[in-house]
Amino acid sequence: MVNRSVIGAHYGLRDWVMQRVTATIMVIYTVALALFLLTMPSSYAGWKDFFAQTWVQVLTQTTLLAVFLHVWVGIRDVWMDYIKPTGLRLALHAFTIVWLVSCFIYSVKVVWGL
Amino acid sequence: MTTETVKFRIYRYDPDKDAKPYMQDISVELDSTDRKLLDALTKLKVKDDTITFRRSCREGVCGSDAMNINGKNGLACLTDFRDLKQPIELRPLPGLPVVRDLIVDMTQFFKQYHSIKPYVINDTPPPERERLQSPEDREELNGLYECILCACCSTSCPSFWWNPDKFVGPAGLLAAYRFIADTRDTAINERLDNLEDPYRLFRCHTIMNCVDVCPKGLNPTKAIGKIKDLMVKRAV
Repeated sequence: MVNRSVIGAHYGLRDWVMQRVTATIMVIYTVALALFLLTMPSSYAGWKDFFAQTWVQVLTQTTLLAVFLHVWVGIRDVWMDYIKPTGLRLALHAFTIVWLVSCFIYSVKVVWGL
Repeated sequence: MTTETVKFRIYRYDPDKDAKPYMQDISVELDSTDRKLLDALTKLKVKDDTITFRRSCREGVCGSDAMNINGKNGLACLTDFRDLKQPIELRPLPGLPVVRDLIVDMTQFFKQYHSIKPYVINDTPPPERERLQSPEDREELNGLYECILCACCSTSCPSFWWNPDKFVGPAGLLAAYRFIADTRDTAINERLDNLEDPYRLFRCHTIMNCVDVCPKGLNPTKAIGKIKDLMVKRAV
């Protein structure tokens, strides 16, 4: 393969929009969670009841998915900035995806108490 | 006429003589009529004529004397040396190869500028006199066309430091939006296509170093945001 600088992958907009949308979801969830936690009794039973409600579980799961998508764009940007060899970068991208998918699966187990 | 002694620490490197760069401590007598850093550099040059820097118009129009002044990029001809903490530390613009002392090789910078096709593209037959714009359309070009390509912004941008061959940089992107925003240009789609790339445009993470240093008070971050907004508008 010839060693020339190649650019023009024609993507990036979707990731950029996704990063902003997921950030908004995370802010909304953080504020809502803080408000709820301040108003409810701080006991194990209170926590358990709160997180047993379906709408809390759905919101929590959606936010966690947003976190993982947000992390994907951010971490990939770090690899793109600092890791120059293509093979190593591809390996790190793959590792990041596998790691985040695993995190997501584990988050499903935690949130839904499976 | 009162005189004062001003202390400097200047980055020196002559690849023909020096194994590696070093900082030179030097002071110079300046008159009360001297105001700008460039006045001081001109007198320093008289004292030690091996000190090398670019300069031309001496009034912030040509963009030749951009350098790193006490850690911040700026134009020597627009900076009052009395506002600066001494010793005034002068270094070449960061991130570009040093030719000698304060002179950097701007090839990469201009390559990125040229890559955005910095000219109006319009293949329709030209009218008898000129292509007209409404005052409102012309208004959009304010804050864009004034760029003097001094490279203060692009060389203060970490994304440009890491990927100068791939990221267009704030100066190039400001110029790109100047032509995207020009109603006389017909190549807006091609221009957006050319920039829709994870490196060329989306290396900008909006840290706004470019806005902080621009000696002309321009806002490349805002222009970059408008390019992204247009891409969103085109996509959704």
